Amino acid sequence: MKSLGVYLKHYKKESIIAPLFKLLEVVFDLLVPMVVAQIIDVGIAGNNRPYIVSRFGILVLMAAVGLCCSFTAQYFAAKASVGCATELRQAVFDHIQALSFTELDTIGTDTLITRLINDINQVQNGINMGLRLLLRSPFIVFGSVVMAFTVNVKCAIVFLVTVPILFVAVFGIMLVSIPLFKKVQAALDRVTGMTRENLNGVRVIRAFCREEQSVADFEKSNDELTRLNEFVGKISALLNPLTYVLINIAAVVLIWQAGLQVNIGSMQQGQVVALYNYMLQIIVELIKLASLIITLNKSVACAERVSGVLTVPTTMNYPAKGGAAKKVTGDAAVTFKNVSFTYAGAGAESLSDISFTAKRGQTIGIIGGTGSGKSTLVSLISRFYDATSGDVMVDGENVKNYTKEELCNKVGVVQQRAVLFKGSIRDNMKWGKEDATDAEIWEALTTAQAKEVVEGKQDQLDFMLEQNGKNLSGGQKQRLSIARALVKKPEILILDDSSSALDFATDAKLRKAVHNLEGNTTTFLVSQRIAGIRQADQILVLGNGTLEGNGTHDELMKTCEVYREIYFSQFPEERAAYNNESGVIA
Amino acid sequence: MKKTENKSGKSGMQVMKKLMAFIGNYKIFLGLSIVLAAVTVILQLYIPILFGDAIDEVVAAHQVNFPEMWFYLKRIVFFTLVSALSAWIMNLINNRMTYRIVRDLRSQAIRHIQVLPLSYLDQHSSGDIVSRVIADTDILSDGLLLGFTQLFSGIVTIIVTLFFMFSKNVWITLLVICLTPLSFFVAKFISGRSFKMFQKQSETRGKQTALIDEMIGNQKVVKAFGYEEKASERFAEINKDLQKYSQQAVFYSSLTNPSTRFVNNVIYAGVALVGAFMIPGGALTVGGLSVLLSYANQYMKPFNDISSVITEMQNALACAGRIFALLEEKEESADPAGTIDTVTGNVTIDDVAFSYDKEKKLIENFNLDVQPGMRVAIVGPTGCGKTTFINLLMRFYDVDAGKVCIDGKPIDKLSRHALRSCFGMVLQDTWIKQGTVRDNISFGKPDATEEEIINAAKEAHSWEFIKRLPKGLDTVLSEDSISQGQKQLLCITRVMLCLPPMLILDEATSSIDTRTELQVQEAFDKLMQGRTSFVVAHRLSTIRNASLILVMKDGKIIEQGRHEELLEKKGFYYNLYNSQFQAS
Repeated sequence: MKSLGVYLKHYKKESIIAPLFKLLEVVFDLLVPMVVAQIIDVGIAGNNRPYIVSRFGILVLMAAVGLCCSFTAQYFAAKASVGCATELRQAVFDHIQALSFTELDTIGTDTLITRLINDINQVQNGINMGLRLLLRSPFIVFGSVVMAFTVNVKCAIVFLVTVPILFVAVFGIMLVSIPLFKKVQAALDRVTGMTRENLNGVRVIRAFCREEQSVADFEKSNDELTRLNEFVGKISALLNPLTYVLINIAAVVLIWQAGLQVNIGSMQQGQVVALYNYMLQIIVELIKLASLIITLNKSVACAERVSGVLTVPTTMNYPAKGGAAKKVTGDAAVTFKNVSFTYAGAGAESLSDISFTAKRGQTIGIIGGTGSGKSTLVSLISRFYDATSGDVMVDGENVKNYTKEELCNKVGVVQQRAVLFKGSIRDNMKWGKEDATDAEIWEALTTAQAKEVVEGKQDQLDFMLEQNGKNLSGGQKQRLSIARALVKKPEILILDDSSSALDFATDAKLRKAVHNLEGNTTTFLVSQRIAGIRQADQILVLGNGTLEGNGTHDELMKTCEVYREIYFSQFPEERAAYNNESGVIA
Repeated sequence: MKKTENKSGKSGMQVMKKLMAFIGNYKIFLGLSIVLAAVTVILQLYIPILFGDAIDEVVAAHQVNFPEMWFYLKRIVFFTLVSALSAWIMNLINNRMTYRIVRDLRSQAIRHIQVLPLSYLDQHSSGDIVSRVIADTDILSDGLLLGFTQLFSGIVTIIVTLFFMFSKNVWITLLVICLTPLSFFVAKFISGRSFKMFQKQSETRGKQTALIDEMIGNQKVVKAFGYEEKASERFAEINKDLQKYSQQAVFYSSLTNPSTRFVNNVIYAGVALVGAFMIPGGALTVGGLSVLLSYANQYMKPFNDISSVITEMQNALACAGRIFALLEEKEESADPAGTIDTVTGNVTIDDVAFSYDKEKKLIENFNLDVQPGMRVAIVGPTGCGKTTFINLLMRFYDVDAGKVCIDGKPIDKLSRHALRSCFGMVLQDTWIKQGTVRDNISFGKPDATEEEIINAAKEAHSWEFIKRLPKGLDTVLSEDSISQGQKQLLCITRVMLCLPPMLILDEATSSIDTRTELQVQEAFDKLMQGRTSFVVAHRLSTIRNASLILVMKDGKIIEQGRHEELLEKKGFYYNLYNSQFQAS
């Protein structure tokens, strides 16, 4: 919460002026019943018409000045709240840009998006309402009581007793119902979840003939929600009738007391009217205050969540100065030295004691089951995560010594899930290299087997992709995302199971083209399919985070049990041949 | 669907009628609520008059008529209690009515979803349907039902207020009636002006949301390409625009209240002026003036309420239209009563034609004869329409021509449950329901014993990870608590427990690692023994063992036969197969 105060500080002037002018407006509002009382007691009683007209003029003048005060307050409140929210939004967005993969994993991008959009809007709303109204209602209530005292002390006692009782009634009901509203929300979330579940699982539900049971489950949650709703409704339905009764009884007592006071001559009739009006104002403002507090309560919760994001520190630091990129020594492109890695919050290591060297220009295959650490391993090369222990070296230099740009230029990654952005194909391709020429883009597209995809579009490179590339098929997206990584001609190219949606023929062509890339590109191919990596210069076999084998296909077939098993699971008939060869009786 | 929406747009009355029919059981509540609203409003408006009368008894020193005053005050207390009671009961009735109608609508919607044809569900995003079932029903209940009573009490308030005001003083009442529309115009004027700002604000906000979704949603890609600064710049640009428009929108819209308050204050002063002139002449009392003053402020409120209630009701009607469009969406064709006892597993497809879009032909003249126990593999490039085949077999979709028979019985003569019970199905998209592991495994067989469940889990090789979960079978699963591969294993276990006579497997093992897959395949082999099975798979090892391979491309079956036969043909399959072995 504190960290957010900074953003409001930039609008210090506005945040003071807005409530100040709001209070001024209230002062004029509070004076109105007094002026009316004067009209009755002085003007009417003395049948003094000029006096009445002058008081009328004062009333209109007060209304006009009140209007100006109000406009001023609204203007500054809008400026402060919107300005503060804008700065906050930018700060959160920038902060997210600086977060590393570890933080993104722990917080989750969905959460970040909600914080950025909904929560900050709520904060803006809260600041705006708070600046305008938070002081107004208590001030009117307080002011009314004070004014009552100026009129008649005995009558003011009625106010003094009534206000706390009303306060307890209004806020008591509110305090009881707020936690219940949370329960209602949770019940509603369950019903929503079940609706979604019914839609997403429709095929399974129907295949297992479980429609009736699904409806029954849903109705159980639905009934629970209804029951809770009715229960909360019963409590909050009390608020208006209860306060209404309280305020009217107070007014009855007030008028009885006022009657006594007038009778002994210590008060006049117009003042009775004024007191009655003050009493009515109090209840209106108390109820406004209660609903304002509910809004503010929500805003504060949102503000806390936003500030939670801002206070997450990034765990990844890059050296400020570059230079590591220049001194290239030896022929090792990537070296792992006893590397272990544990994801934040995870109990077990995802990679344990991995060591290997990939020489420049080699193709490295990585194979292993799901969860064996394949993707984790390659994401250490691009320094998406830092090794928990051991060293990851690129071109003989620890990855931690490269600046972000240097490393980003060296390593091109194509992630499992193909992601494209709204904009033309050309815009998307330029993500890899901002000043890429069309020729360079076409070259990359050709290598990625995506040339025909683009050629098939009427606008070619200007073809507009929708958000997430929705207007392309999965295979087309994958090929374009591979091309995007190729545009920057990285020295190290990582394809992380990124051709899974391609058919075998295209996949094979792609691998061939990548293999024949000009220059000395070191390629990492992550795959579940033996066929995808069997031609690699070096194959790393991972099993549960440990390196089970390292060598060429032929070597591994001889030495690595895990590799053999994977191989035979994909080529069963080879098992017999192998068994004959090695003299084992099948 | 669009047509129905247009229709509902055309006549809100039609939707209103449907809604009234739906309210049905709650009609008494609605009537009672209206009566109570009238009682509450009339009493609440009458009470200020009594206060005025009471104040009139307080004239000056030694001129206070206490017995008379006491008479009025007693009445005030009594009417206050009656009106509060009636307001409370009205609230309770409204709550009950609205919440129950929402409940009924939702439960009817869920029932309806179970019998909607899959073509409808496939074409509509689940988000859209969820928002109809959840959000639209809420808006409907708030807007339409509460709106109805508010509208009614608003009208009653205006009429009764006018009546009381006229009874106090005709001229001041006429003055108020003439002047009050002023504040209405002021409000209209301002909201008309701020509307444009709001439009620009929401437009810009939409742009910003899209950018946030894209960038933050794919933050890892942004980072991988070092695009962070560029993203921040793009965000800053939109953010500045948003600030400009938001500030204007917030400011201008916040002018409405002070402005109408100003107009009301002036009217208030006017009433005080005119009233003060009249009192000495005896046309008005001081108490009467205080009544008129409080009415003058209140009089405008129902107008504002009514206008916002009407907007809300229109909105609610639109929502009702969307809900009814869903509820009235045509159900799938009637379910025949045919049953099938012991299934041997013979499936014949006879001259079947089918397409999703009736303008684009997809499958035509499709013939297939599957003998009991055969293993049919369906292969082809992505997007070739392999799932279409499953859709037809399970009768998720009906064929356009020809027929599909099981053991000689046409499937459209069987009840859907009878047909679907013949098949065990594992789809590519793993679906796990909220609940425990046990709930999920016993989904197809709720009465399964602990032993049966554990055995099935062991056979499907899911027992290994289940027993390591914090609470074993009773662990409550949420979206992310287990990996994709484990989800798939659970789905397989689910089928393993039911042991249906035939199987449909859709790339079922694609996200399980190859070693586990080997084990799962062993289990499957056991399961498939003697069972007719249809397998959609990328794995050539699975395909090679098939008794029959269907090669699909662009939704059509272009080749069929055994592995060796198809290789000899040197057709599409031949290329597909060989590509796997091409050098990398």
